Amino acid sequence: MEKVADIKDPVLVEEKNTDFEVRSLDAVCINQEEVQVPKWHLIKYMLLGVLFGIILVKSEVISWFRIQEMFRLQSIHMFGVIGSAVVVGMISVFLIKKFKVKTIYGEKIVLSDKKFNKGQIYGGLTFGFGWALTGACPGPLFAQIGSGATVIIVTLLSAIAGTWIYGRFREKLPH
Amino acid sequence: MSFIEWIKQPWPWYVAGPLIGLMVPTLLILGNRTFGISSSLRHACAACAPGDIAFFQYDWKKETWNLLFVAGIVVGGFLAASFLSNGLPVNVNPKLVEEMSGYGITNYTGTVPTDIFNWPALLTARGLIMMVLGGFLVGFGTRYAGGCTSGHAIMGLSNLQWPSLVATVSFMAGGFIMANLVLPFILKL
Repeated sequence: MEKVADIKDPVLVEEKNTDFEVRSLDAVCINQEEVQVPKWHLIKYMLLGVLFGIILVKSEVISWFRIQEMFRLQSIHMFGVIGSAVVVGMISVFLIKKFKVKTIYGEKIVLSDKKFNKGQIYGGLTFGFGWALTGACPGPLFAQIGSGATVIIVTLLSAIAGTWIYGRFREKLPH
Repeated sequence: MSFIEWIKQPWPWYVAGPLIGLMVPTLLILGNRTFGISSSLRHACAACAPGDIAFFQYDWKKETWNLLFVAGIVVGGFLAASFLSNGLPVNVNPKLVEEMSGYGITNYTGTVPTDIFNWPALLTARGLIMMVLGGFLVGFGTRYAGGCTSGHAIMGLSNLQWPSLVATVSFMAGGFIMANLVLPFILKL
């Protein structure tokens, strides 16, 4: 019993104090309000998700065929969608920084920098293979299921399994 | 043309793209959230099967917003397909149609080709590779890369992060290799 405690204790203590660090470990969403916000306010993110889902379907970016077209350079559609989204995103972030725009709760908007590691190349290529096979990145997987392609539930579960396996072998992979 | 008829048409890229781009400032202003979807897969692991894996030892409840966002995407997908769609097949390049007909793919009405993405097809080698292995690669690769099309290509590039550019180029390279060099053999199975 003591032996187990000996081995486990330092790790546990560290983990308890570094929740934020573990979450921020190559995650993209780590910010949250310092001010107390009622739980039901989270519903706004669901409504925004609904809107995003509608856009994904209406723009056909969740179409397997559109993805195949993109990777065969047969249409401008997907490049136009991603390209114009990036341009609008860039202008928005620029304006937010320039005018120090605050959140609706009056808090400063914080954007953290991404650190380079080789995972962005190896993982990026791996995701690219999966993207061309399934015709979907994670967002579209959810939209495809909603649009009635129920079998994609299997693909989504498999994607969750893939994430789990990555977490399991993270220490052994080159980064 | 009535409004309903108009909205039921597919939206052109120059309408959809900017709307997607506006997700970035909207999430930031609504509560300092950064746009990113693949993280939801990690939160699902942390919530359901963290095991003793350090990568999943965190308070996933603090990321509830992300899970609500993806739940919203499912609902939005349902609403758009049920009420805002004209049900016409997607209008793709004739060259693609010609290539796909060679693999027996002829139905363009769904978001995925129902000729190969269906429940019975899970028992075929082709279906298994495309749906199960494909999904696995998406989940494994996005987390390994630290983000997906939303987190890296849109959010990361919007914030001028060069590692996100590396990731985006890698996504594209992987996709080009798979679609052009490997997929033809898989589709022939």
